[in-house]
Amino acid sequence: MSEVKKIATRESYGNALVELGAKHEEVVVLDADLAGATKTGVFKKAFPERHIDCGIAEGNMMGIAAGLAATGKVPFASTFAMFAAGRAFEQVRNSIGYPHLNVKIGATHAGISVGEDGASHQCNEDLALMRTIPGMVIICPSDDVEARAAVRAAYEYEGPVYLRFGRLAVPVINDNPGYKFEIGKGVLLKEGSDVTIIAAGLCVNSALEAAKKLEEEGVSAEVINIHTIKPLDKELVIASAKKTGKVVTVEEHSIIGGLGGAVCEALSEEAPTPVLRIGVKDTFGESGPAEALLKKYQLDGEGVYAQIKEWI
Amino acid sequence: MTTLELQQMANEVRKGIVTAVHSAKAGHPGGSLSAADVFTYLYFEEMNIDPKDPKKPDRDRFVLSKGHTAPGYYSALALRGFFPVEDLPSLRHIGSYLQGHPCMQHTPGVDMSSGSLGQGISAAVGMALAAKLDGKNYRVYTLLGDGEIQEGQVWEASMFAGHRKLDNLCVIVDNNGLQIDGNVADVCSPYPIDKKFEAFNFHVINVADGNDMEQLRAAFEEAKTVKGMPTVIIMKTVKGKGVSFMENQASWHGKAPNDEEYAVALADLQKVGEALCQR
Repeated sequence: MSEVKKIATRESYGNALVELGAKHEEVVVLDADLAGATKTGVFKKAFPERHIDCGIAEGNMMGIAAGLAATGKVPFASTFAMFAAGRAFEQVRNSIGYPHLNVKIGATHAGISVGEDGASHQCNEDLALMRTIPGMVIICPSDDVEARAAVRAAYEYEGPVYLRFGRLAVPVINDNPGYKFEIGKGVLLKEGSDVTIIAAGLCVNSALEAAKKLEEEGVSAEVINIHTIKPLDKELVIASAKKTGKVVTVEEHSIIGGLGGAVCEALSEEAPTPVLRIGVKDTFGESGPAEALLKKYQLDGEGVYAQIKEWI
Repeated sequence: MTTLELQQMANEVRKGIVTAVHSAKAGHPGGSLSAADVFTYLYFEEMNIDPKDPKKPDRDRFVLSKGHTAPGYYSALALRGFFPVEDLPSLRHIGSYLQGHPCMQHTPGVDMSSGSLGQGISAAVGMALAAKLDGKNYRVYTLLGDGEIQEGQVWEASMFAGHRKLDNLCVIVDNNGLQIDGNVADVCSPYPIDKKFEAFNFHVINVADGNDMEQLRAAFEEAKTVKGMPTVIIMKTVKGKGVSFMENQASWHGKAPNDEEYAVALADLQKVGEALCQR
């Protein structure tokens, strides 16, 4: 078997921006001194006049993006998730969310897979923060194919969008002709009858690996890739929960307020179902190689499998 | 407009401010009154705008970074014809399009939502940058409070504007000397304001009396001639200007007049209006 192709979704972000920029003059890209890391450097190279480096000032960058959007530009404001959702939260809330301006936030380096930089740069809180902003669309793509599709969909959508990308190269899992991306529509990757696993981002691959192991032991797991955290595909989540009677959420984010929170909110109101939230368990991350951290925090296939096995 | 006409209009803007804030039973009269003259100058003399076409693509833009002085902004917009003056008393009422702080989605003529201090200037910088990217000639104005410039984001935005040489950007600082907790000089001094902006590569214009139309006219005329750098107009004003008991009182930063006080305020402004008619 050939080696699985791996690409970091931040790379996909940069590449998709170049494609968009070539087609649409109004696309502009903003950075806060991290164009090399957010991978928007390729856009800067292709369209230098439409790349705006704001320096290390994320709050101001969000405000500038708002002003640009108010004149009809489609700005993609790029920085690490920690600074996009964390430091600049109030600017995103008041200057972008409240006026519902057409700003796209490209948040890279989300979650513990940031790796060696450690807890200060590992944002496990961004989904929770962004979810509370009315009208904010939140997308957390699982691989290169989905990330590029998400960037295109974000451009087509009129309004603020938070795009969550990772630093770590992850396997390409959606490379099939039937793949279709639609904001707010989850993707049923595998049917099952005993438990539903709902995952986002790089954890979709972990969920698939866990499902395979469970299958070997006679546990039939349904796997849903829920790339859009908000608006959540409630219909799909509830239908699957009713079918299997057990739901597991898997995300590289705090178990508080992110995908797990969103799924619990939806289910408790409309179809109360036992839920196991797999994620970062209300703790800060730490330094280390990304793969080793994912293993330690039980977010790799083995870890997800073990937690589900213990729970059901 | 002639200077006299502008002065008379500014007096009408002030009446609108006290009427709206009195009706709302809340709001910010002090900083609205100190800026009434600059609101009037911008909307009746300086800016290329059309109340019949508030979203005209090539219009000049204004961002009220000190968003709490919405009563002054709304009063000028209403008198200029963006919406009925009769609606000013609906300020801050449930269901009104005149929110406590400016909201671009609901209020005709409002180019940017604002109110959280320090953020408006960044949006104004974004708009000025857009004009440069598109090779358009419109200008962007933004009004900041002297307390507001304590916010770090103001200096992030200023550093960027200076760096990008945004000569279509005109920042105005309403230096009325007071903020909620007292004198700006006592709370956390922003002085010297001019030297700070100078260091951020701005062309600096100090206006000794920002409640004087002639001085405002001279400042804005000078600003338009500046090339290669943004301009800041730092105008010394009187907080509460025009209403005797509100002048230079920090306590009138964010408080509405009761019925009696409202009557006194209107009488004060009536006198000013009559004196202007005598000229």
